Amino acid sequence: MLVYFTRRLINVVAMLLVVSAVTFGIFFMVPKLTGSDPALLYVGKIADKVAIEGIRHKMGLDKSIIEQYFLFLKGLFVGRDYSTGVDVTHCSAPCFGYSFKTEQEVWPLLLDRLGVTASLAAGAAVLWLVFGTATGVVSALKRRTLLDRFTMTTALAGVSLPIYFTGMISIAIFVHQLGWFPNNYVALTTDPVAWFQNLALPWITLAFLYAATYARLTRATLLEVLGEDYIRTARAKGLGERTVIGKHAMRSTLTPILTVFGMDLGGLIGGAVLTETTYNFRGLGYEAVAAISSSDLPVIMGVTMFAGFFIILANLLVDVLYAVVDPRVRLA
Amino acid sequence: MSKTQNTTSALTAPSAEAPEGFLTVRDLRCHFPTDDGLVKSVDGLNFSLEKGKTLGIVGESGSGKSVTSLSIMGLHRMGTKRGAPRISGEVWLDGEELIGADPDRVRQLRGQKMAMIFQDPLTAMHPYYSVGQQIIEGYRAHHPGASKKEARTRAIEMLDRVGIPQPDKRVDGYPHEFSGGMRQRAMIAMALVNDPSLLIADEPTTALDVTVQAQILDLIRDLQKEFGSAVIIITHDLGVVAELADDILVMYGGKCIEKGPAATLFESPEHPYTWGLLGSMPRLDRELQERLIPVKGTPPSLINVPSGCAFHPRCPYADLTGGRSTSEVPVLAEASPKHHAACHIPAADRHRIFTDEIAPRL
Repeated sequence: MLVYFTRRLINVVAMLLVVSAVTFGIFFMVPKLTGSDPALLYVGKIADKVAIEGIRHKMGLDKSIIEQYFLFLKGLFVGRDYSTGVDVTHCSAPCFGYSFKTEQEVWPLLLDRLGVTASLAAGAAVLWLVFGTATGVVSALKRRTLLDRFTMTTALAGVSLPIYFTGMISIAIFVHQLGWFPNNYVALTTDPVAWFQNLALPWITLAFLYAATYARLTRATLLEVLGEDYIRTARAKGLGERTVIGKHAMRSTLTPILTVFGMDLGGLIGGAVLTETTYNFRGLGYEAVAAISSSDLPVIMGVTMFAGFFIILANLLVDVLYAVVDPRVRLA
Repeated sequence: MSKTQNTTSALTAPSAEAPEGFLTVRDLRCHFPTDDGLVKSVDGLNFSLEKGKTLGIVGESGSGKSVTSLSIMGLHRMGTKRGAPRISGEVWLDGEELIGADPDRVRQLRGQKMAMIFQDPLTAMHPYYSVGQQIIEGYRAHHPGASKKEARTRAIEMLDRVGIPQPDKRVDGYPHEFSGGMRQRAMIAMALVNDPSLLIADEPTTALDVTVQAQILDLIRDLQKEFGSAVIIITHDLGVVAELADDILVMYGGKCIEKGPAATLFESPEHPYTWGLLGSMPRLDRELQERLIPVKGTPPSLINVPSGCAFHPRCPYADLTGGRSTSEVPVLAEASPKHHAACHIPAADRHRIFTDEIAPRL
């Protein structure tokens, strides 16, 4: 178990390095190859040669790409100073870069936005996990009944309808027409009740989309598991149906769901772009869109690495949970 | 359909009377409705079995052997993906009828009075629970008062009894950590944990290699002697039942086509299908062995069962029946005391064919 865990951790560190290298490569090397100048992007539209050279030197863009990458890595751990000798801009650790467009460090900005996205993702995740799997189980146990057909049709609708459609409709009805929900993000620490009220609608909308997938996955997996020999054995032992399904069948059913859940949650924390945009919540996804439209390279890179980090973290979590659930994994 | 019903039920008319024997199966039918039609997996089966005795049910794939055992255990009630099967007939276990009984009552008997060993112990055990947990669970299901510690002691005791070394350590092992033979031993321990008086072993050695097969069969025989339980061994391997069974029942197309004491059945088999099975069995106790003779053709469809005798399309002697093989379903008739066969070929012809053609090749 310990060996397994250590190996996974080493794996994670390696993956993070790869992600950072690739991201760095894309943002600092590819522009050079295509002939566009990163320094130019930093300065903005009005650019004279002196200003560009100045910024190039300040950002260290005149150094070799390898050197730049190591400066970047170093900045992550100890922070770094962007300096021309006279004009010094400090970026404290972990330094994900400095946005000269908005004149702020990327890391605090990301942290600030993370609160919004994490609130959105966590609440929705609880909802979809509970309702999605529960619906799937009921559907599987009552298969071929009207209830099954109804839930599965609803689930199909859930999968098919994009968030900007269901989101817009829900805002139009519940926020504007009925006035049931406010629609402005309030931090949990500021006012928990308002936090909940404001997030309820996006949670439900987002959870509907995901719960649909989970219901279908749960149903299919449970039906398959119920056909397994060991379920027959459990019944042959004289166990009650509740134990057979609740214990034996569900444990096997939850394994694939766990995998998908880790991926989904990680990806969602990396940026629920559409949801945040629809509800006008300033989270990571929203920030990414804003940064892309203003070519704010350090922020785009920051969000990308952040998202990558969360997906890797979620995968690590899934791997560990997997080992807890399935004893066979511990050997691998 | 109505014809088959008439002919078989004429043999033993179903009645609500509790029979004398320990296990009595009367006119058992198990039909599965499918999109293609009704699959008659078991179609009118009768047999009985006493405590301390072993019955071998033999037949090829799809002959209805496993469905029979699952019907007795009540494991077909839950239905399959294709839909719930239609089960009729009577199964009497120790004076209690099971087919019409309350499902919860049958559940209580399952694992306690009647237990089952399955073919492939790897897939038949839950991969996520330790072997001990799975045995303990079975014990506590029928001993609600037993503490976890008592159940664990019992599990270790059972693992020891079925010959698993270091049972106090292996009890915490997972099925994937056991070898095939050890896994089947653990499966047997799980089945026997509540001292069942009926044990059904469904192809218990098919997934094992030959050396381990013999060990497992010895184990089943020893345990039966010790606990005095009734055992049903289901197999396609006549070698297995030759070692273990007191009585043998040969199934073909969901019906019993021959049954009798093992010694008689091996000595003078009556049905051409049984001849075929014997001819396709490797024998190590003979010096000269010609090629094994397969039973020609394929098992019958259980949806469109061949008319008359279900075996007639594969029977090399069908023309000796004077056309009855295609028009009339043969009934079990006594060939010698306690030995019954369902065949239209006149007894004299059958004996001549067996002595002249079949016996020398076996």
